[in-house]
Amino acid sequence: MNAPAAGLPSPRTRRILSIWLPAMAMDRWRQGASERRELDDKPLVLIADTAHGPRIEAANRAGAAAGARAGMMLADARTLCPEIITAPSDPAGDLAFLEKLAVWAMRWGPWSAMDAPDGLLVDVTAVPHLFGGEEGLLADVASAFARRELAMRCAIAPTAGAAWALSHYAAPGTILRGEEDAETRLGELPVAALRLDQDVITVLRRLGLKKLGELTTIGRDAIQRRFRNRKSPAANPLIRLDQILGRVPEPLLPVAPQQMPLVQRRLMEPIRHRQLLDQVVADLAEDMARELEGRGEGARRLELGLWRVDGEVTVRRLELAAATREAAHIVRLFAAKLDDIDAGFGIEMLRLRASWAEPLALDQADIEAAAENHGIALSALVDRLTVRLGPEAVSRPVPFASHIPERAQRWHKPLEPEPASQGQLAFHKRPLKLLDRAERIAVLYATPDGYPQRFRWRGEVHEVARVEGPERIAPEWWRERGATRLRDYYRIEDQRGRRYWVYRLGIVGDGRGGAPDWYLQGLCA
Amino acid sequence: MSQPDLASLPTTAFEDVATLAARRSARWRPGLASQQGKALHSEIFASSREAAGAGATLALALDDWRNVPRGEGEEADDRRAVLWVQTRDAARLGGRPYRAGLPKDLQARVIHVLAQKAEDALFAMEEGLRCRDLAFVIGEVAGNPKALDFTASRRLTLTAQKHGVPLFLLRVDAGRDLSSARMRWEITSAPSNAPEWNAQAPGDPAWKAELFRARSHAPGEWILGETAQGLVANKTREDTDRAVVNWTAGLQHRRTPRRA
Repeated sequence: MNAPAAGLPSPRTRRILSIWLPAMAMDRWRQGASERRELDDKPLVLIADTAHGPRIEAANRAGAAAGARAGMMLADARTLCPEIITAPSDPAGDLAFLEKLAVWAMRWGPWSAMDAPDGLLVDVTAVPHLFGGEEGLLADVASAFARRELAMRCAIAPTAGAAWALSHYAAPGTILRGEEDAETRLGELPVAALRLDQDVITVLRRLGLKKLGELTTIGRDAIQRRFRNRKSPAANPLIRLDQILGRVPEPLLPVAPQQMPLVQRRLMEPIRHRQLLDQVVADLAEDMARELEGRGEGARRLELGLWRVDGEVTVRRLELAAATREAAHIVRLFAAKLDDIDAGFGIEMLRLRASWAEPLALDQADIEAAAENHGIALSALVDRLTVRLGPEAVSRPVPFASHIPERAQRWHKPLEPEPASQGQLAFHKRPLKLLDRAERIAVLYATPDGYPQRFRWRGEVHEVARVEGPERIAPEWWRERGATRLRDYYRIEDQRGRRYWVYRLGIVGDGRGGAPDWYLQGLCA
Repeated sequence: MSQPDLASLPTTAFEDVATLAARRSARWRPGLASQQGKALHSEIFASSREAAGAGATLALALDDWRNVPRGEGEEADDRRAVLWVQTRDAARLGGRPYRAGLPKDLQARVIHVLAQKAEDALFAMEEGLRCRDLAFVIGEVAGNPKALDFTASRRLTLTAQKHGVPLFLLRVDAGRDLSSARMRWEITSAPSNAPEWNAQAPGDPAWKAELFRARSHAPGEWILGETAQGLVANKTREDTDRAVVNWTAGLQHRRTPRRA
């Protein structure tokens, strides 16, 4: 199949609505209080304080007519128009306002993203028929923003980049259909429509490239050479061009409002004793379990905050191996974490928050009591062990693609799915246990390239009775330095039947060091 | 009254039953789990200089696991995990389990716990015994730590009995101290049989196993071996009769029912 992936909308069929609010800061300031509307006819600017004095962030229509521009110093504007009125700007409030707008804009599509500082992107794929076509959708957008008295320009295109370019630099309400030739439609736009950094736009202007269409006339190779060191999309016109035309994907971060399950208890009387604290934690855990059950979720991470009377806040964090909403289990795990709590003059508020929750289907409790399985589940066991022994202590060996024995096994979290790996060839037997570090042994051999006849390990001499080998394992040149020596592994059995896995590091005359050393690495069953 | 009064029965009836039961169970042998159920708490004493202890432990555990009778409606393969608890000392002396060298059945099922102290290892083992999703628990403790006294071992036995999860406690370089384990083994390596195709190579692992204390078996000594068919045990000496008879006699004497 040549189509990208079945089920996913291809770039051609996607529809993105870009909304640009050119005067958002000023519109928001104007709606802040009713008496501000009376200043519409007078020159007004929003200013921010900088190291060089106040600078204009936004100007209203009358102010712009008087000569004030965003980015200008206030002193310069005052010389042009002495009666200019000033008000402080509020960038943080603007951002919060934009985020609310993004959530509000989800009325036109299933998800929306902020395009800071003054734009919104809404995915309207397969939605326009609800508004009577895309023209109807744009008309609805225009009327909705007009009701809120926000100046706005919008456009719909198959990619976010194209929609952004059209909303900023084309006539308001432009629609670029999927079957149209995007390259020619967008060719007339200025290069600034590519969302590039100012210095890159300056470079392009100096090169004589003013319109998007001109970028393709000088050949892709030339631009590629000119910007070969620029990896960020905002600094490389070719990446931006490909994003506009849908040749490379452009990930967007949607604003999906989500609430964490949160329960809290404010206490009439501050508590100072462990017994009472345990009771409150148990109550909180039950509240949390109910909350999670209502949402069909289970908690993976829980944070318990304890507010003390004297202003100290203690936070205890808990991570669970599998999603759970068993109150008793949560209480038990927290009990181990509350041992070193200092209550001071008392704890007056407790709050339990599930900052990471996963869907967990409701399951039916056992019908008959006799069918109830006694004992705890594996995930609960892992949680208990992790809480007491630490997250590193509980692990599971998983294979890893490597020839070197100690590297061929890695330790992962116990309940994670096993990573995909190639099946291992069972030509050679491997030891049951591997020492943490291979231990050096002193060896007596008949020939330097042969197997050992006697060796000393941890102060005891072993006579070798039987040998199998060598199994030669070459160093992994793609991981290690070039001077690493190869290993010749032998499986040996001594006079009393003890079986070991030893290796010789290097061979005589390989030019990578002197006489090779011997190591004992594994113990066979 | 549905149940007969036990005290009214003749003593001989109990003695016969006791003798029969003792005869049947007198000797440990591989595959015994099919009749008696799993051995719930075993201790295996071994040296840290060899992996014989761990190898034999796995062989014994898997022997029980394969032979235990299936309950009603338990048709699915038992794919439960195995908990392997090691103290840091035990891991340093004897190494950690290596996945490629484990028995095929276990490779994807081992969950390893590295405990800093013996107390932590005991905690991990006890929690593991309470878990219904574990096939068995292997503990590896080096030396004779103070925490692992008779009380602790009794606690482990009771937990294992209550939840039916077997515990195999591997005592690395330890003395035979007091313990409530149901079976106590001493394991050392034994020379392996020569493989068919290369007589010079080490063959299938073999261990010399001494059962020096057991609750329901006579003590004895075997050469254990792991083959494709499973665990095989050959007696080292022909000492069958007298030891068993003596031991059975002692058992009979002990089992005489007390009258109310």
